[in-house]
Amino acid sequence: MAESDRQLLEVRPEALLEKVTELKTRGYRLVQICSTTLKDCYEMTYSFSIEYDLLNLRFTVKAGEKVPSISHIYPSAYFYENEIHDLFGVPIEFMTVDYKGRLYRTAVKAPYKLKQEEEGGGPK
Amino acid sequence: MKLSKSPWVLHYDGSSCNGCDLEILDSTTPVYDVERFGVVNTGNPKHADIFLITGGINAQNAPVVKQLYSQMPDPKVVVAVGICACDGGVFKDCYNILGGVNKVIPVDIYVPGCAVKPEAVIDGLRKAAELLDQKQKQMKKKRAAARKEG
Amino acid sequence: MSTRSVVPFGPHHPVLPEPIHLDLVLEDEKVVDVIPSIGFIHRGLEKLVEKRDFRDFVYVAERMCGICSFMHGMSYCEAVEHIMGVELPPRAKYLRTIWCELSRLHSHLLWLGLLADAFGFESLFMQCWRLREKILDMFEASTGGRLIFSVNKIGGQRRDMDNAMLHGFVEKLGGLEEDLKGITSTFLANSAVNSRLKGVGYMTKKMAQEYGVAGPFMRASGIARDTRKLGYDAYGDLNFEPITSTEGDCYARTQVRVRELFQSIDLIRQAVAKIPEGPVAVPIRGFPKGEYMVRVEQPRGEAIYYVKANGTKFLDRFRVRTPTFANVPAMIELMKGCRLSEIPMLILTIDPCVSCIER
Repeated sequence: MAESDRQLLEVRPEALLEKVTELKTRGYRLVQICSTTLKDCYEMTYSFSIEYDLLNLRFTVKAGEKVPSISHIYPSAYFYENEIHDLFGVPIEFMTVDYKGRLYRTAVKAPYKLKQEEEGGGPK
Repeated sequence: MKLSKSPWVLHYDGSSCNGCDLEILDSTTPVYDVERFGVVNTGNPKHADIFLITGGINAQNAPVVKQLYSQMPDPKVVVAVGICACDGGVFKDCYNILGGVNKVIPVDIYVPGCAVKPEAVIDGLRKAAELLDQKQKQMKKKRAAARKEG
Repeated sequence: MSTRSVVPFGPHHPVLPEPIHLDLVLEDEKVVDVIPSIGFIHRGLEKLVEKRDFRDFVYVAERMCGICSFMHGMSYCEAVEHIMGVELPPRAKYLRTIWCELSRLHSHLLWLGLLADAFGFESLFMQCWRLREKILDMFEASTGGRLIFSVNKIGGQRRDMDNAMLHGFVEKLGGLEEDLKGITSTFLANSAVNSRLKGVGYMTKKMAQEYGVAGPFMRASGIARDTRKLGYDAYGDLNFEPITSTEGDCYARTQVRVRELFQSIDLIRQAVAKIPEGPVAVPIRGFPKGEYMVRVEQPRGEAIYYVKANGTKFLDRFRVRTPTFANVPAMIELMKGCRLSEIPMLILTIDPCVSCIER
């Protein structure tokens, strides 16, 4: 995804809040938060934008690992975070508005969950 | 075709993509003008004779559909509009789709299409109105028979 | 002392064409808190990429939403095309642009009608939808479908429009433009209509920035950003400027969309004048491998399509961030402090597309 109008930065999950705060002070807006199920982990992509330039922050989390919420920095983030929590089962801490899994009331709980977690092999 | 009353319609969007809903609304606008058959779109289930439902059923909207259906007075006719409402359509394999509307309430008339054309909606409504008349007659007969016995 | 009460709004409500549920916490007439609940239309179509061939998935992507169906299919194709390194023939790019702008016209007219219906002006609703039929007729003439027309495929378009048809469309749009001037003046100048729209749901530029809102909702608060300026498809060759307003209220949002109607007609004229001859599709070989994020401007604002492919015929991930999803948190925030009677106007002026939010 490296092009003139976009870049991709790998960050450590611990450094997420610091980086996001920096982006906010530099005038970036939150575009989206996306999660992807890989073989043994979830890949989180946070997209920010200033004017027409796109900046993606990326890190991976293992099943059961907690991700800090950025909803107290970008107030609209709670909607994306609740979606990821409900569809992927990634636990997100300290959301300003926490639906506790009731934003999407799907028939299958966390349908995008890792296979190993479904079989009960993942950490509890 | 002779209709004894103006059938009022309740429209609910199950989990459709909007396409069929727009075509239902389209059929009420001047170009297609379903109102010439006396059909009026109402928001209140208690005023409605025909239940138009689009889209498939998922876990969250199933109770809503059941409730709307139960609030409609008898006789009533259910029309499944669009292929998703008929059997799930393109979303049949999705994890959150239980299937067509007939999974939760009895469906009388199926109008297939993706998205359905307003002409098809009107045809479905016309058939629904006929069925409504039949149901009304049957109800009257039953009531008369019950009165004789009582 | 005022008493608190909770008014449930939706999922079935006459003002809502689609189901969304809001719990409105009221103090007398004033809304003090709003708790949204969604998921009535959640189908889970993003996960269907694991079961459908990436070429067939175009049909599913188009059925995400019946209003911007064309753009959903097109953007999905563009993401896959970019991963596969396919360069579209120029005529295909122009065709996509023309269909995109026709979709915008149809979407904005539809929205104007729904807005009119929400403030109880039913004849205006009928007028808007009558004019919209002319656009749908153009879709039907050029593709065979009215709302969902599946003309996209990976590598180009399934159908071409001949030049006689294109010029015929431009002529028809000229007539439509005159009709539009008549009905849109009712929205912008009628005092009864204005009293429902002016000063309602005011959003500052700062808030629009902070909540990351999109589309006319954002441009009405004075931010001049239009994703079409990225120059995807043929937009790079066309001459236009983002339409903005500084008022930030429901009236401003209506004004922006009304002016975008005329902008779209102008863009179609420019595109038809410049469209080159040539093929409309290129063959594709192999399977995609890699990832890409496409940004396009839908009638409701900037939409993001993310595709991750692994070199097989099934994709790893397809994700869409639709503009309405980005607009809902800001809409919830704006509702706090409004009167109950203003809620329908507020919901309508973000132009909600619930099936887009929930997918």
